[in-house]
Amino acid sequence: MITCLLPNLLWAQSDVEMADTMRANGKIYVVIIVLSVVLAGLLFFLINIDLRLRRLEKKQDN
Amino acid sequence: MTEKRIFGLQWWKWLCVLLLFYTVINGFLIEAPRLPILHETIRNLFFHVTMWFSMMAMMAASVFYGIRYLQTNDLSHDYKSEQSAVTGMFFGILGLITGSIWAKYTWGAWWVNDAKLNGSAATMLVYSAYIILRGSMDDEHKKARLAAVYGIFAFTLMLVFIMVLPRLTDSLHPGNGGNPGFNNYDLDNNLRKVFYPAVIGWILLAVWITEVRVRIKKLKNAFFPY
Repeated sequence: MITCLLPNLLWAQSDVEMADTMRANGKIYVVIIVLSVVLAGLLFFLINIDLRLRRLEKKQDN
Repeated sequence: MTEKRIFGLQWWKWLCVLLLFYTVINGFLIEAPRLPILHETIRNLFFHVTMWFSMMAMMAASVFYGIRYLQTNDLSHDYKSEQSAVTGMFFGILGLITGSIWAKYTWGAWWVNDAKLNGSAATMLVYSAYIILRGSMDDEHKKARLAAVYGIFAFTLMLVFIMVLPRLTDSLHPGNGGNPGFNNYDLDNNLRKVFYPAVIGWILLAVWITEVRVRIKKLKNAFFPY
């Protein structure tokens, strides 16, 4: 019975599948770059709205 | 918030930009614990869980400003209360969608009959009722008063549906019912390095969006008085 359990105990570290391959071949950076581009675009849009509002508010104050 | 601006925006908006980029980059680079069922999706912590945290923060802000309105009868508090709730709902919808996508890949179904899921859906219905309630009245002050009171009930219900009930029953959702996810054993210190900044970043984004919406409303009222 112990001989059946032993191999499982030895491989316990890599039992759970993770994205190791993607990290090894650098593809994880594609994920990061894509998401960063999306984030940058959306934030730029928000900042643009914010600054346009500021211009209108400044006009209103005068 | 202070009046000092950097390239036209307040400091906390730039902090938000920084934190969100930090989240997106380090969220995928940082080493994550190898857990069964979750695998890499534990990184959802930075994107799905944070949506709900942001929603709860905005709903708390909504109640806060609602009470401020009741104390002062100053409509600008009501604007903030309303827009906080609207932005909160928006983040809640994102939370539902991201959760549903995750569920399809992990549990094989877009939705399951589960305490946390049903609770979050019920919360969205409660706040939809808040928006409809506001829309049903014309007089600004009556609307504000009623919405503020209902907002207190809505917030309490939200706490019950999302935080209390799921802890009382069996649940499929990670972090409840004995599933790996959100307790001390699984959220190792490494993940916290991205999770805490992520929570702050997404909440700041929610606050930013709310502030912009309030400013638009104020400008509209100035140019087109009712």
